[in-house]
Amino acid sequence: MLDFAVVLEPDNLKLYGEGLLTTVKLLVISLACGLAASVPLAVLRVSSNRLASLPVWGFTYVIRGTPMLLQLYLIYYGLSQFALVRESAAWALLSDAWFCAMLALAINTCAYTTEMLAGALRATSHGEIEAARSMGMNRFTLYRRVLLPSALRRSLPAYSNEVVMMLHATSLASTVTLLDITGAADRLYSTYYMPFEPFIAAALFYLALTWLIVRLFRRFERRYLAYLAPRTH
Amino acid sequence: MLEGYTAYIVAGASTTLKIALSSLAVATVLGLVGAACRLAGQPLLNRSAEAYSTLVRGVPDLVLMLLVFYGGQVAANSLLESLGLPAVDFDQFIAGVLTLGFIYGAYLSETFRGALLAVPRGQWEAGWAYGMSRPRVFLRIVLPQMIRLAIPGYTNNWLVLTKATALVSVIGLQDMMYRAREAGAATREPFTYLLVVGAVYLMITTVSLLLLRALERRTSAGVRMGEM
Repeated sequence: MLDFAVVLEPDNLKLYGEGLLTTVKLLVISLACGLAASVPLAVLRVSSNRLASLPVWGFTYVIRGTPMLLQLYLIYYGLSQFALVRESAAWALLSDAWFCAMLALAINTCAYTTEMLAGALRATSHGEIEAARSMGMNRFTLYRRVLLPSALRRSLPAYSNEVVMMLHATSLASTVTLLDITGAADRLYSTYYMPFEPFIAAALFYLALTWLIVRLFRRFERRYLAYLAPRTH
Repeated sequence: MLEGYTAYIVAGASTTLKIALSSLAVATVLGLVGAACRLAGQPLLNRSAEAYSTLVRGVPDLVLMLLVFYGGQVAANSLLESLGLPAVDFDQFIAGVLTLGFIYGAYLSETFRGALLAVPRGQWEAGWAYGMSRPRVFLRIVLPQMIRLAIPGYTNNWLVLTKATALVSVIGLQDMMYRAREAGAATREPFTYLLVVGAVYLMITTVSLLLLRALERRTSAGVRMGEM
């Protein structure tokens, strides 16, 4: 019943290959930017100073409370409403689907990662902080040497979920004309009017990537969380 | 500000809510069935429920949506054809709801499975000791206790599901998102309309969080938490 011959034609395989590359590029770049921004934001989020923590709370609440598709549309379709934006120097970037998709993905993952890291920071055991203080560490050193390394490690299992969610979120890029894996499948669908095979092939690509991410993180966890594993005698 | 598009957007918001609630109902049933199959101790049921949850959770919603939405209609019609029945044009709303329900049923089955496993085994045994059958113990003893444990995960899935309803606009269902795009294009003010719709999503999120927090307090009445 299913016939994958069309999907396996060299030209179409190449299309999937390009799509895979786009998906992976979107994922890696947005994750890197999102993570880099989320570390300082998480520190602000757990600050006892309301002036610092409240804006960050607002940011994560709004981003996590609205669909990512909406955020992407706001950036890609919405911003063109303003002449100020259209005439600014940033317009070259903001009219580019690639940049908009990456920006939306990065903002999205940044919000989720910030909350995740803030949770891990809050969960640091009191004794660790006390010990660091008694060693005479100042605030900055405390964060750099004790709080952040430990919180980042403990966030690994939750972060692997976040990375998988982000992989899935990259499929939204196909709605703003980008040719990622989903975009490639959609093009095959409309060219050949085959509703099953192109999307099943895309699903297999995503499953493989998901599996790869899960494996990779399991490896990281074994390495970086070894000190938390149950002791074996 | 909305130049007579207010009613149009409000109608979309009601469609979004209807889709979200109906798919939640479908997903809850599928999730319960999935979780029950995982724990039934029957290898075939266990395997198929595991495959359902792993495969669905490993693929983006949008891809599944396109697959089920485009493919489902063709498959159903070719099935009808082989039975000698005329082809049917499926209602978009029902197709969308079934697709979302199918996807989130997989996520909920994991939530329910975890919650069911967290109910102490002694509760099952106590029920059996009274001579209750397995299904009866499940429905009368374990399920009510599982609800409290499942609420946090259930809330999360509901919030994700509500946001995922925006995807049905891609397949042409006239939800809030779709209408915001249409009205935005017609008035050349896409940002305004998207922003309004974003506020509505945020409102839905906030109200659900408050409601579920109240529900959690209610179902946890009498439960002693760890004393700090």
